[in-house]
Amino acid sequence: MRKKLTLMFALIAGLGVVNLSVAADAAKEPAGRTVAFDKAKGNCIACHAIPNDPKAESPGNIGPPFIMMKERFPDRNKMRTQIWDSTVANPRTSMPPFGKHQILTEQEIDQVVEYIHSL
Amino acid sequence: MKRRLTVFLACLFLGASLAASAGPAEDRKALTAHYKQLLPGVKFQDYVLGALALNKDALDQYESIMMFPPFVNDVDDGRKTWEKPFKNGKTFASCFRNGGKKVAGGYPYFDNGVGKVLTFENALNACLRHNDEAELKYGSTELGLLSAYAKSLSDGMKVQVKVEGPAALAAYENGKTHYYSRRGQLNFSCASCHIDNVGKFVRSEQLSPMIGQAAHWPEFRAGTELVTLQGRFRQCQKNVRATPLEFNSEEYNNLEYFLTYMSNGLPMQTPVFRK
Ligand code: HEC
Ligand code: HEC
Repeated sequence: MRKKLTLMFALIAGLGVVNLSVAADAAKEPAGRTVAFDKAKGNCIACHAIPNDPKAESPGNIGPPFIMMKERFPDRNKMRTQIWDSTVANPRTSMPPFGKHQILTEQEIDQVVEYIHSL
Repeated sequence: MKRRLTVFLACLFLGASLAASAGPAEDRKALTAHYKQLLPGVKFQDYVLGALALNKDALDQYESIMMFPPFVNDVDDGRKTWEKPFKNGKTFASCFRNGGKKVAGGYPYFDNGVGKVLTFENALNACLRHNDEAELKYGSTELGLLSAYAKSLSDGMKVQVKVEGPAALAAYENGKTHYYSRRGQLNFSCASCHIDNVGKFVRSEQLSPMIGQAAHWPEFRAGTELVTLQGRFRQCQKNVRATPLEFNSEEYNNLEYFLTYMSNGLPMQTPVFRK
């Protein structure tokens, strides 16, 4: 199921249905984006692709791509929980528990949720 | 009462985990099957190539570099150390069966006399000790280059690490526990990356399978940067913000023992280039 879903998103992205031109405007770069890209902070692109963000170069593929996040996480809090402690949903996950292990501050997590949710 | 219950539960748990892992041979079989499923296109023999076996371009590049290895001079320094007579006139070759040829695939081994795992580096230092020479520091370039040359004498030998008897098994299990335990702020175990996510990418780095990983050390990264197997353990642990252990610590030696056992049957490839 997960695989099918991923494939579907990949197809949609490939067809250009998703707007690929959300070019980042440096002046209003969202704080959460910095957190997601920074190797010393979230480093989310080590594992997640961000198909809508041309600057997310050579991302990893350990986690699912960040795409249509609003549709997939109508409940933002659920997304926040996933980021705060990924082991709740999946004890065998390889995603680091960003809040529980204080890899990010609560504020940084809010910022990253804001950004990811917009994708 | 509470204590009894805990003991009872602990026994149950132990029983369950014993049932789940019946021993090293079964562990290896299960892991081989796991990789076969996740990496169906990769031949068992090619596991020694690590991540290179998963990427044709990287493999081509590797093969052209290996035609004129940039590290020949470094390995030659190791040869000089290997051949230089001790004060008593003997050399390293006197300490090893067959003058040191085709022996390294049997290391590490569990020595029941000392009750510990002994690595190939331990054997090199034991040779120095027995000949009244000063030992080399673990993690030093000198010992690394010496082992690079000495292991090149075993190039092509199949890895054949044995786990026999309860004390050896305990050391193996200790290494295995280390491998599967999550560590560091980022909460990874070695298995999270090299077993669960094998073949996937962390950023642009593709994750190699654990089987085959121990068969080609030391390696030269980016041409001439010497990295030993335990040096690589330390790098991976630093990457996940865990505190790396000391070179030649008992725990690392046990980890090396476990890891090398898993490469049994694969030909050693020493030394090699990695990007
Ligand atoms: C080392 C790998 C890794 C890193 C780094 C990582 N993740 Fe994940 N992430 C995963 C995996 C794997 C999953 C799939 C679910 C699971 O196994 O827990 C996942 C799932 C998710 C999900 C749920 C997506 C879905 O469709 O279910 C969200 C949201 C998420 N990650 C956000 C983040 C954010 C934000 C960051 C950075 C601050 C991040 N991840 C960093 C590996 C990672
Ligand atoms: C966050 C992911 C991650 C974790 C956790 C991790 N590694 Fe690695 N490891 C890598 C990457 C990336 C490489 C370089 C690419 C490759 O060869 O797999 C690597 C390379 C290696 C290599 C060298 C492979 C070769 O052929 O050159 C060894 C050996 C190794 N790791 C062992 C370990 C051990 C032992 C642990 C735990 C103590 C560990 N790794 C934990 C990501 C990880």
